[in-house]
Amino acid sequence: MSMADVYDVAVIGAGVVGAAVARELAQYDLRCILIEAGEDVGAATSKANTAILHTGFDGKPSYLETRMVKRGNQLLNAYSAEVGIPIERLGALLVAWDQDQLDALAHIVEVAHENGSPDVGQISVDELYRREPHIGQGALGAIEVPREAIICPFTPPLAYATQAVINGVTLRLNSPVTSIERTPEGDYRLACPNETITCRYLVNAAGLYSDVINRMLGYDEFGVIPRRGQLIVFDKMARGLVNHILLPVPTKMGKGVLISPTVFGNVMLGPTAENLNDKTATETTADGIAMLLDKGRRILPSLLDEEVTAMYSGLRASTQHDDLQIYLHEEARYLCLGGIRSTGLSGSMAIAEYALDLLGQAGLKQQRKAEFKSIQMPNLGEAFPRPYQSDDLIHQNPDYGRIVCHCERVTRGEILDALHTPIPACSPDSLRRRTRAQMGRCQGFYCAAEVSALLASKEARS
Amino acid sequence: MNTHSADVLIIGAGPSGLAAAIELKRLGVDHVIAADREQQAGGIPRHSDHIGFGTRDLHRFISGPAYAARYVRMAQQAGVELYTETTITGWESPDHLLATSPQGRTNLEAKAVLLATGCRERPRAARMISGSRPQGVMTTGMLQNFVYVKHQAVGKRAVVVGADHVGFSAILTLKHSGAEVAALVTDLAQHQSYFQYKLISADRYRVPVYTNVRVTRIIGQKRVEAVELTDVRDGSVRQIECDTVVFTGDWIPDYELAFYGGAALDPHSKSPAVNGRLQTSIRGVFAAGNLIHAAETADVAALSGRYAARQIADYLRGGSWASQSLPIQIDEALAWISPAVIDPGDLNVPHGHFILRAARLIDNATLEVWQADRCLLRRWYGKLVPNLPIYLPERWLESINAGDPIRVEVHAYHH
Repeated sequence: MSMADVYDVAVIGAGVVGAAVARELAQYDLRCILIEAGEDVGAATSKANTAILHTGFDGKPSYLETRMVKRGNQLLNAYSAEVGIPIERLGALLVAWDQDQLDALAHIVEVAHENGSPDVGQISVDELYRREPHIGQGALGAIEVPREAIICPFTPPLAYATQAVINGVTLRLNSPVTSIERTPEGDYRLACPNETITCRYLVNAAGLYSDVINRMLGYDEFGVIPRRGQLIVFDKMARGLVNHILLPVPTKMGKGVLISPTVFGNVMLGPTAENLNDKTATETTADGIAMLLDKGRRILPSLLDEEVTAMYSGLRASTQHDDLQIYLHEEARYLCLGGIRSTGLSGSMAIAEYALDLLGQAGLKQQRKAEFKSIQMPNLGEAFPRPYQSDDLIHQNPDYGRIVCHCERVTRGEILDALHTPIPACSPDSLRRRTRAQMGRCQGFYCAAEVSALLASKEARS
Repeated sequence: MNTHSADVLIIGAGPSGLAAAIELKRLGVDHVIAADREQQAGGIPRHSDHIGFGTRDLHRFISGPAYAARYVRMAQQAGVELYTETTITGWESPDHLLATSPQGRTNLEAKAVLLATGCRERPRAARMISGSRPQGVMTTGMLQNFVYVKHQAVGKRAVVVGADHVGFSAILTLKHSGAEVAALVTDLAQHQSYFQYKLISADRYRVPVYTNVRVTRIIGQKRVEAVELTDVRDGSVRQIECDTVVFTGDWIPDYELAFYGGAALDPHSKSPAVNGRLQTSIRGVFAAGNLIHAAETADVAALSGRYAARQIADYLRGGSWASQSLPIQIDEALAWISPAVIDPGDLNVPHGHFILRAARLIDNATLEVWQADRCLLRRWYGKLVPNLPIYLPERWLESINAGDPIRVEVHAYHH
């Protein structure tokens, strides 16, 4: 085997964290590969979260997770402005509905101040109802968190991976790592169904399967306990009912159920938090949905009169521990990024930055490339201009005036673009994450056949 | 940015929109634009490739695509300006809308607007059916688009959910595409179609019809593997293996544009609340077709459009706009009534009757119309069946007063 066949770094898992690490690596003169078991980037845990860009105001100050979220928030805000990831800084309101919750507010404000969020503070009940006139009766108090924001959950992993790829990182999709060997030189040999990949440094960002990869390498610091979060997405016509992210007051029973607008203009209710054994159990259940509706009725009663656009669930890669499970095995040139839960999106860029530090400690030479190419992602957010609204764009290319998905106003031009990006859409789901096609209220009544034909068309392959 | 002005802007060029446009031209209205967001005008019948269209409006018995093509031809011959691939994206004011098309952004201005945006079926999520989210879950509209427009197969073995006319038509579409139909299921105690429809679909292809069962879960990772059915009477659960599930019926009007225009919506149907002249709560904006009764057959939608055209022509000639309107209250046994509001003193109602839907099966039903303590109408209907039209005559309108609420009640009297 020649040296050319050996990657400097292999990252297992192209979720939001693995993709962020690959992007970070792409800035250096290194040969890197990003390996994903699924058909697309960001198609497992990363696709099904609450889409909030957290400030870390409520984290335990001593936790690595809190540090990552705080730093990650700054980095992702800046990156989003650069590449065009939609973010709306709506601010969050934590609403207390009983005496226990009301009593907890003062401590939450204290912690927030300790976490570097001096703008977090209590607001009066009158102020709460002035800002959120549609919430249910009986709120006792609230905290305002001005910098909490909503973000497109699909674009960040795609942006990271795309920028990694155009800057020289190899991406392998549909490549589950089935076994790992070490060569006499101390390199890793990763067996995938169609090839064996050799690398000097290994990063485990395998999410739900990070414990499996970890054990393949002989480590056992944690086990992944999939924690299911079910979510209900309501019609865009519900958007006028809510102005902020409405967070529950966290109690011993967990973080609780929130109501939040989405950058697509919908309103989301969820999540549940169910510890499971099955890493594939991404289904919704009648009980889970009933529980969410029950909570939602209390918080925003009129929301329940609105039509439901989608119901889905995601599995957070929780462990038996509370904090992130990040371990550097220096001698082994192995970095494990495990135990990343719902704050993974907010913390992703900080985790990647930290990962590069750790790899440096393990001896990975990091020399900046002369050029790090920038990218521009298509905007999926309602608060920003979209192609169908642009007379200029339509005159340049009439396909931007041909709306295919009516509910989400996705044009033929955008769909064809998504079929020709460095990481092209390969299925209806992957197209949905790149364009919003079929994400809307009709769920394909009008456009599914047309979208499917475009996916299969000559234009898609040309 | 271009601007187009017209006497009437019709939004939606399906049966009701096209019939309205043709009638407006016949009545001498000069400039009529009918805008549709699809590549072809004609609406839902374009992809409903079965016989039975046109009986009441065209006195013909033809297929959906032939019916749609006929209306498009008639509209062209009448001088209607048909704008296809034109999506209305918002309102500047009630007489000024914005549109996107391959030609760019356009201002559309009109003296009157007719909303004829039709209806669609609630998809699986809107019915709140839990389970996994595999490929192979669809509505009839999606099925028809795949099979009749794109000529693509959809699956090998399907379960059809819903047993009104559309459910039975889905059997025909599935058989046409080469799929086997494992069952047709309904949570009601009986199917809700005519025996002839059942005869030519379920009976002909030996498809079992399971009543009193609800789909409660969808099972399958990449592709549907089975559906779980729960008996609504005793809660017993079973599974049927299939790779395709078609959700039929359960219509919802496409009321988005009405909503963003600020039109009052009827809380029962979510349709824009119209009076007997099909006027919405916004002056100059009318609504017709399956947007205000989701869903009637295409010919009924077309007749509604034709009726709306006459009201619009009156309005353009300086006719009045209803100054007040009285919402009709309905019994919980009813799903909706259309028109949903009354302009007291105005006796116009499309075709002389209100259309209603029952919310559940009711035997030996009598409908009564009440105002205060006066019963204005009492009529025996026999059995009320959800998803089938119920017609309530309008003759009581002349005896109402202007102020008190109107109630429609359902009674099952025992003799």
